Amino acid sequence: MIPTGLTSATIGHATPSDAVRVRDTTVISAVCQFLYDEAALLDEWRLDEWLSLFHPDAVYLIPTPEDLSNDPATTLHLVHDSMNTLAGRVDRLKSKHAHAESPRSRTRRHITNVRVWQSPDGLETRSVFQVTRVRGGVVDRYVGVYEHLLVSTTDSDVPWLIKRRRVALDHSIESAGGQLSVLL
Amino acid sequence: MTPSTDSRNTSAKEWVVEDVAAGTFRIDRTTLIDEAVFEREMASVFGRCWLYVGHESEIPKPGDFKARDVGNRPLIFWHGHDGAKRVLYNSCRHRGALVCRIPEGNARGMSCFYHAWTYNSTGALNGVPGDEGYGEHFDRAAMGLLSPPKVDNYRGFYFVCFDPGAVGLKTYLAGAADYIDLVADQADDLEVVPGAHEYSMDANWKLFVENSLDGYHLLPLHKTYFTYLEEREGNTLDRDDTTEALDLGNGHAVICVHGPWARPVARWTPALGEHNRPQVEAKYQELVERYGSERAQMIGLTDRNLLVFPNLIINDIMGVVIRTITPTAAGHTKIHQWSLATAGEDPDLRARRLDSYIAFQGPAGLATPDDLEACEACQAGLRTAPDVTWSDISRGMHREHAGQPSMASDELQMRAFWRRWQSLLD
Ligand code: FES
Ligand SMILES: [Fe+2]
Repeated sequence: MIPTGLTSATIGHATPSDAVRVRDTTVISAVCQFLYDEAALLDEWRLDEWLSLFHPDAVYLIPTPEDLSNDPATTLHLVHDSMNTLAGRVDRLKSKHAHAESPRSRTRRHITNVRVWQSPDGLETRSVFQVTRVRGGVVDRYVGVYEHLLVSTTDSDVPWLIKRRRVALDHSIESAGGQLSVLL
Repeated sequence: MTPSTDSRNTSAKEWVVEDVAAGTFRIDRTTLIDEAVFEREMASVFGRCWLYVGHESEIPKPGDFKARDVGNRPLIFWHGHDGAKRVLYNSCRHRGALVCRIPEGNARGMSCFYHAWTYNSTGALNGVPGDEGYGEHFDRAAMGLLSPPKVDNYRGFYFVCFDPGAVGLKTYLAGAADYIDLVADQADDLEVVPGAHEYSMDANWKLFVENSLDGYHLLPLHKTYFTYLEEREGNTLDRDDTTEALDLGNGHAVICVHGPWARPVARWTPALGEHNRPQVEAKYQELVERYGSERAQMIGLTDRNLLVFPNLIINDIMGVVIRTITPTAAGHTKIHQWSLATAGEDPDLRARRLDSYIAFQGPAGLATPDDLEACEACQAGLRTAPDVTWSDISRGMHREHAGQPSMASDELQMRAFWRRWQSLLD
């Protein structure tokens, strides 16, 4: 592969504005466990259980790495899913006709540097991730920041539902796996 | 695969073999895996054809620039402060460093970071530190950033050609110009939406050109996408659709279909939202008044995948996608694509246009990863080329040679590509 040698001048901001940092280690620890559990569902391909972690009005976003700050209504994204389309994406991935994932990739999500804020909308979390994806003997890595907006829920087995999940990648897909057929 | 001396000298006629009487059109698979063939086509195809750089809307203001890699050459597409839009080689005249090292921005000038030679937005060299180190023969005026031998645009689409002896752009485009017109006539003003999809595959670039024009694979390969359209958007594919494939000359080709998805210009479906129905239908009426109903149907209701030889695809389907397909080796290809949209369109329509594009296409779409998987599976299978020599591209030949119209699920469009490829290589 011939690198272009170009580096975007933009760096994604991982710190939410308009929010108060949460220092209570009980809350932080519970958030960490929530994120790890979520990651395990994806790594184990328990996709329906993963979907059940989302609020009905949730959005799932992956911007392109050059335009980390922008809006899916005005900027080309890699993924902009509502619950309707995210469920469609999951249906596809469960099908044996999702050829790019048949046979399936093995993924491992490494989540670290977890920070939590209280915002008027819920708990804002930021964490650093590295997702390794193994398929056909090749290991690809995706690196970036997860942004989760978690809202409290009472009628569920989990303490929160995900209202917004944004995956800010540090690199283009060109240099990581070529395509993005897995969920990040 | 390492270069074989043999494929440096083989006539491409031995690789692209058409036998009309026998109804066969075969491609020697060496052409897809051999590094010597890759080197030949970088010189004979990418070194001689007009190649797409960018759209005028991407650099609207003086100083705006985009760095682009075209034909394996780093270029700067730059709107000069004199008002001219230029394409310049992104390589310092001193010792070669990239002058521009970021993908985009706005600049009055650029300073090379190595020894600080400075160029203004017209490419002229206007600053050399330590002038006294150069004698009177140092001709500063001749040391600006160079331009490729040919740069031109057709209806806002900018192209370069690295062959000074090549025909002009309009002549080169041949019948493809009419199909660029169908895109350009969608609106008074079109703009590339911010953001680009950049992805890649471990497969030969020509496999993705074929894939981009392949109506035959839609149903078998993209079953999950059509299921998604049906279940999530309520749109069903018409299996009796009248489709068309055309050879547009000079290796260019197009397929035309009528898909189940919404077209912002101008086919309303529920995916665009009930509240947007009046404006989409009004847009269609406007096309009818302006161009007559036949042309309005072609602009507004027909989905097209256009190949501008060798590596530009313009998909005018659920929105307009500009795609370039660039080889970096016989078995590796980079793909870049952008969304072209009506400038100033309703924000909600813009948002839905983008959503329906990325559901289908792009590296995380519901269809493109399967296309890449198919090309990579071909590339892996092609390692049998020493024993399993030929690929078959004969579908629809009986129709073609009986003078009957070809369909999108035929392979006329690929034959047009390969015939041109063969003639350039020899
Ligand atoms: S290489 Fe650019 S100034 Fe020396
Ligand atoms: Fe496809």
